[in-house]
Amino acid sequence: MNDKVYRILLFAVALIMPIVCGGVVYALVTDAYDAFQHFGFFKFLTSSEWSYTEGAEQYGALPFITGTLMTTLLALVFCIPFSLPVALFVGEYFKGTKIAAVLSTVTDLLAGIPSIIYGLWGFYTLRPLIMALNISPQGSGILTASLVLAIMIVPYASSLSAEFIKMVPNDLKEGAYSLGATRAEVIRKVVFPVAGSGIFSSYILAIGRALGETMTVTMLIGNTNNIPDSITSTGNSMASIIANQFGEADDLKLSSLIAIGLILFLITAFINLIGKIMIKRARIA
Amino acid sequence: MESVTPILEFNKTCVSYTKQTMAVKYVSAAIDRNSITAIMGPSGCGKSTLLRAVNLMHNLYPNIRVDGEILLNGENILSMEPIDVRRRVGMVFQRPAPFPTMSIYDNVLSGYALNGVRLSKTEKDETVEHCLKSVALWDEVKDVLNKKGTFLSGGQQQRLCIARALAMKPDILLMDEPTSALDPIATAHIEELMQELQKEVTILIVTHNMGQAMRISSKSMFMYLGELVEYGDTATMFSNPSDERTKAYLTGKMG
Amino acid sequence: MNKLKIRNRLAKDKALLWVVCLLAAFTAVPLFAILGEVFLRGYDQLSFSFFTEPTPTAYKAMKAIEAGEPIPGGIANGIVGTMLMLGMAAVAAIPIGILCGAFLAENSKNRFAQTVSYLTDLLQGTPSVIIGIVVYIWVVVPMKGYSAIAGSVALFIMMLPLIIRSTEETLKILPASLKEAGLALGGNRARVMLKVQLPAAFGGIFTGVLLAISRVIGETAPLMFTALGCSFIRFAIDKPISAVPLLIWEFFNDPNLQELIWGASLFLLLFVLTLNITAKYLAKKWNQ
Repeated sequence: MNDKVYRILLFAVALIMPIVCGGVVYALVTDAYDAFQHFGFFKFLTSSEWSYTEGAEQYGALPFITGTLMTTLLALVFCIPFSLPVALFVGEYFKGTKIAAVLSTVTDLLAGIPSIIYGLWGFYTLRPLIMALNISPQGSGILTASLVLAIMIVPYASSLSAEFIKMVPNDLKEGAYSLGATRAEVIRKVVFPVAGSGIFSSYILAIGRALGETMTVTMLIGNTNNIPDSITSTGNSMASIIANQFGEADDLKLSSLIAIGLILFLITAFINLIGKIMIKRARIA
Repeated sequence: MESVTPILEFNKTCVSYTKQTMAVKYVSAAIDRNSITAIMGPSGCGKSTLLRAVNLMHNLYPNIRVDGEILLNGENILSMEPIDVRRRVGMVFQRPAPFPTMSIYDNVLSGYALNGVRLSKTEKDETVEHCLKSVALWDEVKDVLNKKGTFLSGGQQQRLCIARALAMKPDILLMDEPTSALDPIATAHIEELMQELQKEVTILIVTHNMGQAMRISSKSMFMYLGELVEYGDTATMFSNPSDERTKAYLTGKMG
Repeated sequence: MNKLKIRNRLAKDKALLWVVCLLAAFTAVPLFAILGEVFLRGYDQLSFSFFTEPTPTAYKAMKAIEAGEPIPGGIANGIVGTMLMLGMAAVAAIPIGILCGAFLAENSKNRFAQTVSYLTDLLQGTPSVIIGIVVYIWVVVPMKGYSAIAGSVALFIMMLPLIIRSTEETLKILPASLKEAGLALGGNRARVMLKVQLPAAFGGIFTGVLLAISRVIGETAPLMFTALGCSFIRFAIDKPISAVPLLIWEFFNDPNLQELIWGASLFLLLFVLTLNITAKYLAKKWNQ
């Protein structure tokens, strides 16, 4: 095979990526079109109605957008107090030691557990606990889903943050120590500011993960089609309403679910793009 | 003449990275106040290791052991709190590394910020101006104090790092090959600066550059394989070294 | 005063260390909690027949529960479905992914390659449930039915970016001298890639493939809209088919079958974690 044929072959194979991604967007847009046309794009986004009474069907995405944002942000809040210590443990305090390797392996394995198994654990262990603690009567809801979601994104946030914390030059840290700083002060005043944008971007990517997480949320969020009024109430996320209702949907409802899928796709794509750009910048700096 | 306590005294100081090997072996020497003392020797002779021991930098790495005594104004620093010692012993490293997230102004004051010491605005302004003036950087940066220190040239960055160390009003300033990453002009600047600074602070400098040692220091140490081979007046050592190894090094037959 | 302040700062320093250690250690708790629960509740279901028999009907299960007997049957239909779909997906995703990765490694500067690189990130970040919807539109609707093919297309799309990335990254960290030496000996670029670079990158690529498999094997949502599920063992690729995670979902939703959840989950979990650990171990070994 000469060089020219080889280059053309590689190029031809690489064409699969634009084809697949174009196909994804095309399929979503064409099949979501009905719903957007019927309800109006803006109305669909802002309507909180989800009723399938024959002849007077009303579908709006607002409850699910709200549910997704609530679970994601809450998961982020729960995730930070654990992922940041893990990142400091692995990337600073015990950098390069065996115990750090053990902890990274543990978080790697956490990342490997299928989401349906997280869902089961949340349902059979965490949900009864939440009921027993009288936090919410039915046990499932935004809070329960977010807690498990937080565990699921800890590995993503911590491994990337640790990478950036490790990259903080030793020169800077020694410089700070030489001025009489304690380790805590070095971490707060040198490590965090220097690794800050990298750490921030790792949380953006973790958010990207949490947004689309499906099975865990479906099993734990309680599956009600209302706008959740508190963190203990039930609801649905964009992914969970699709998982729940796609199988038996047709016509307008199917199109509405696909429209929700399109919105979810756009949001995650946007978040991931921002995250990747920020990471690239943080790596260069 | 009455005897004064030397500002810094090594007393059988040893540093070991592993149980078997000692990087610095039983060094004993007293450093004169308000002078510049150079530590010379071939690479790996333990000169940087000895210098870092004075700032208790080795405490950061659990495997490194420091034995013997290092007396600062007569007090053994090895049994003192590292963060306390490091405030009184400034250090300038080989590669200039101003804090990239801080402005020039904040870099000078970084020691206070790191140690959680609050200064009034006037105190801050005075410290910054005084320190930048003593490193001859004030005129060059006084209009860009709020810019990041990383935009400065290498020589300017190193002077900023010296200012940062001086801001803490240390008793002694350690310099670990401070000009090895700089060009000749910046090096000359820094050497000139050190001559001025010794009025305020005692300087202990590790250098690879024999010319530099000769130009700036009043006393010199020559280390070889972790031992202090010779310590005395720089001029005497260069003209008439008492040890064969010193002679070999100074005439370029070693290292 | 000064002494007091120093003591205060040192106390804070120590406190941070303890908080970090404590919280970091606490992060390991869910892993062991999950492993423990799945293992304790699932291990007594694992028997030979659990792997060789298909899922019982809800009626049969109900009878068995009434009679106080263990539920008969197993997850063989799911295992067969998972293997079949995974096999088909891998057969396509491995060569295509490796070639795409090679393309990216060879053309990192050109504009088209940068686009492909961005799209790979895009696809990798796309929620799997959306892949399910898209494959439903692409495959299930035109074929007028759920099928193993549709399921494997979904798995293929999810594996592809993972394999592309690991191939690209492994090829990029190979020393440039390797490629240059190959070219200097008169090999053309295709031959150098095939005979020198890819073999040298084998470890990294293999690890990447293992991780890609372990990542998609537990995927449930996309299979719900594509493979659907099937209660008996079948090898047809144009008919609905089951998969282990689909079975777990079924058991979860059917009160009569709930006892089977844990055996199936234990099997899935062990499979995924073994793949993960193997991949990590091999990566470490090949790096040395």
